[in-house]
Amino acid sequence: MSDRIIKTVDAPEGIEGQGFFAGKLDDFVGLARANSLWPLPFATSCCGIEFMATAGSHYDISRFGSERMSFSARQADILMVMGTISKKMGPVLKQVYLQMAEPRWVLSVGACASSGGIFDTYSVLQGIDRIIPVDVYVPGCPPRPEQILDGFMQIQEIAKSEQRRRRESPEYKALLASYGIE
Amino acid sequence: MTNEQIAQDLIAQFGEDNIFGIVENYGILNVTTTTDTIVPLMHYLYQHPTFKFQFLTDLGGIHFPDVPSHEFGVIYHLHSLENNVRLIIKLYVSRENIVVPTITGLYACANWMEREAFDFYGIIFSGHPKLERILNAEDMDYHPLRKEYPLEDATRQDKIDALFGR
Repeated sequence: MSDRIIKTVDAPEGIEGQGFFAGKLDDFVGLARANSLWPLPFATSCCGIEFMATAGSHYDISRFGSERMSFSARQADILMVMGTISKKMGPVLKQVYLQMAEPRWVLSVGACASSGGIFDTYSVLQGIDRIIPVDVYVPGCPPRPEQILDGFMQIQEIAKSEQRRRRESPEYKALLASYGIE
Repeated sequence: MTNEQIAQDLIAQFGEDNIFGIVENYGILNVTTTTDTIVPLMHYLYQHPTFKFQFLTDLGGIHFPDVPSHEFGVIYHLHSLENNVRLIIKLYVSRENIVVPTITGLYACANWMEREAFDFYGIIFSGHPKLERILNAEDMDYHPLRKEYPLEDATRQDKIDALFGR
């Protein structure tokens, strides 16, 4: 066991002394949020299979503090949309997004979720950003687990530097208003 | 019981005006009929003492926009389980009067199949208990498998000509 490498996240910038550590509250909140993102997997097709591999022991998304899949939207932090979203599914996806509490992030995995992919047809939504705002897009058809993890790590970076009260910023309000979300 | 016998029996029963277009494709008898004959024909085939076509395996719509006054069609696939014989019945209607009588009175399974044909082609099945869209979104305002509509989504933005060398 002596050669086991254990990596932990670094402490944010601050002043350290004997028995105390002082830093910015935003940094601490960001650190906590970024390393315990609870995903809501919205998996509809083959990208969902890749996600299952990502969650399995080989790629192991729990290394990033996300082994706890939240099938309740109320407790989820990140919505992972993986697969083709038909127009009939669109309102369901939007409702799931609306049920999530702030702060919330959206990861669009694969060509179909990002743009409709090969399904350029009357029944398929041409990208989920038609109905909900997306933070990170992962290209691929389907993307490999490494790519999904890379997209996930980018969300972690966003979460680290996110304002603690993002929803009160005028830019964020304007973004949601452009999707018709209060 | 051969395809020839079935065709002769149907012509004898319903006349050449109502049973025509008799061909055999891949060993399966195809006959064409009219909207007035389809319901009695289905009942006759169901109750026939030897034919016993008592299983509706499929029902679908079709659109031939270039055939004048026969633009739309409905195709019925029947199976006689006892004899292991299949039969295809077709009928055509014009786009001005796109009404076909329902056969839900005989086959309950036709309910969803006729709703699907209505959903995708706009074929009106008169007498159907609940003729509403079944697969597409409720607010869709056209019948997508009609050939007058493009298959591609009109709102797609990334398929620009420069990328596709057009």
